[in-house]
Amino acid sequence: MNGAHDLGGGHGYGPIAPDPHEPLFHAPWERRCFAVTLAMGFTGQWNIDQARFARESMAPGRYLETTYYEHWLHGLETLLAERGLVAPDEIAAARPNGQPKPLPKILKAADVAPALARGGSARRDTAAADPQKFAVGALVVAKNLNPPGHTRVPRYVRGGRGRIEMVHGVFVFPDTNAASADERPQWLYAVRFEGRELFGPDAEPGSAVYVDLWDSYLDPA
Amino acid sequence: MPHDGHDHEHGETSELSPLELRVRTLESLLVEKGYVDPAALDALIETYESKVGPRNGARVVAKAWDEPEFKAWLLEDASAAIASLGYTGRQGEDMVALENTPTVHNMVVCTLCSCYPWPVLGLPPTWYKAAPYRARAVAMPRAVLAEFGVTLPEGKEIRVWDSTAETRYLVLPERPAGTEGWPQERLADCVTRDSMIGTGVAAIPGETP
Repeated sequence: MNGAHDLGGGHGYGPIAPDPHEPLFHAPWERRCFAVTLAMGFTGQWNIDQARFARESMAPGRYLETTYYEHWLHGLETLLAERGLVAPDEIAAARPNGQPKPLPKILKAADVAPALARGGSARRDTAAADPQKFAVGALVVAKNLNPPGHTRVPRYVRGGRGRIEMVHGVFVFPDTNAASADERPQWLYAVRFEGRELFGPDAEPGSAVYVDLWDSYLDPA
Repeated sequence: MPHDGHDHEHGETSELSPLELRVRTLESLLVEKGYVDPAALDALIETYESKVGPRNGARVVAKAWDEPEFKAWLLEDASAAIASLGYTGRQGEDMVALENTPTVHNMVVCTLCSCYPWPVLGLPPTWYKAAPYRARAVAMPRAVLAEFGVTLPEGKEIRVWDSTAETRYLVLPERPAGTEGWPQERLADCVTRDSMIGTGVAAIPGETP
């Protein structure tokens, strides 16, 4: 979706202002928001692409005016409501309404370290994908795609001509994984775009951008 | 770190911010419904507050500087090389290492969200997740680097890597001059978090690069 999250190439957002002494979390609620989001992720009621879509679906004005963990909170509340796990009126009343829907998988304290160390790779067997379309060195064009659903082809790269620099392997395709938990694994590449190709004469000389893009996002140049 | 709001028995809620209240309410509901285990929440926080952080990545970099074979492995198969030091898992399942050289500088961003290699760098800093860096890194990397106090030589190529997939990038910064023969633990002290994102360069502590 062409949401406010798709920030690459934008102007007017102010200084970066890195703070070398910043704490990991800025308030207790950020710490708890982080933890409940991760813990609920482990229940398997949604996948990472659905979680990203829930965050980026925030109204653009709100997205830009709120902080990072507010995006997470919005995403979590959205997913919980959509799946009938926590209804907005339960949050408003601060009280559960009726019997909770049982979940088959709950993250226990003893599972935290092994679960984090194991992670969950999005890499899939190459046999699960259509044949690889491009080899290193191939010239490609990022398609001009504007789906209303989740996608990982940023606006600034659409229509740009690039070159395949790395073949990462076969990975879960975010668009279908977000829409219907359908993984549709595809070949994934790091594609190099010259700064000038993306940003014209205003690009900084001698800069290039590498973007990870799946077969579906690319045409031969 | 100040004492914070883990105290759920705490009856005084009047001075809590709306966000503090909203998150507490949600957490209480999730606990009451049996969807989250409060001890698991504490363990998750504990992991990223005190166990996983950029020191992990610094050890990877120091080893690569010190051991040519490890460096070759890191550049060939970063996931396996990094896993050999015990750094694996969530948000670092599929790693790629990018070598900075006298002619090429690599810098990592996630313009669409906040993708970042947790097992080697921990959780990302606020600026990495916020609009100004995500907006400008791809189009104006030199101007962005200047905001971090980094000026690269004219003519050095800058490659900005936008983490749009589940691949996670770790920059292997250039080894500072004057560190020949140093043990790895000492080398690791030269490796800052930002030097592994590419918004900084490695330097001998206390010296300007």
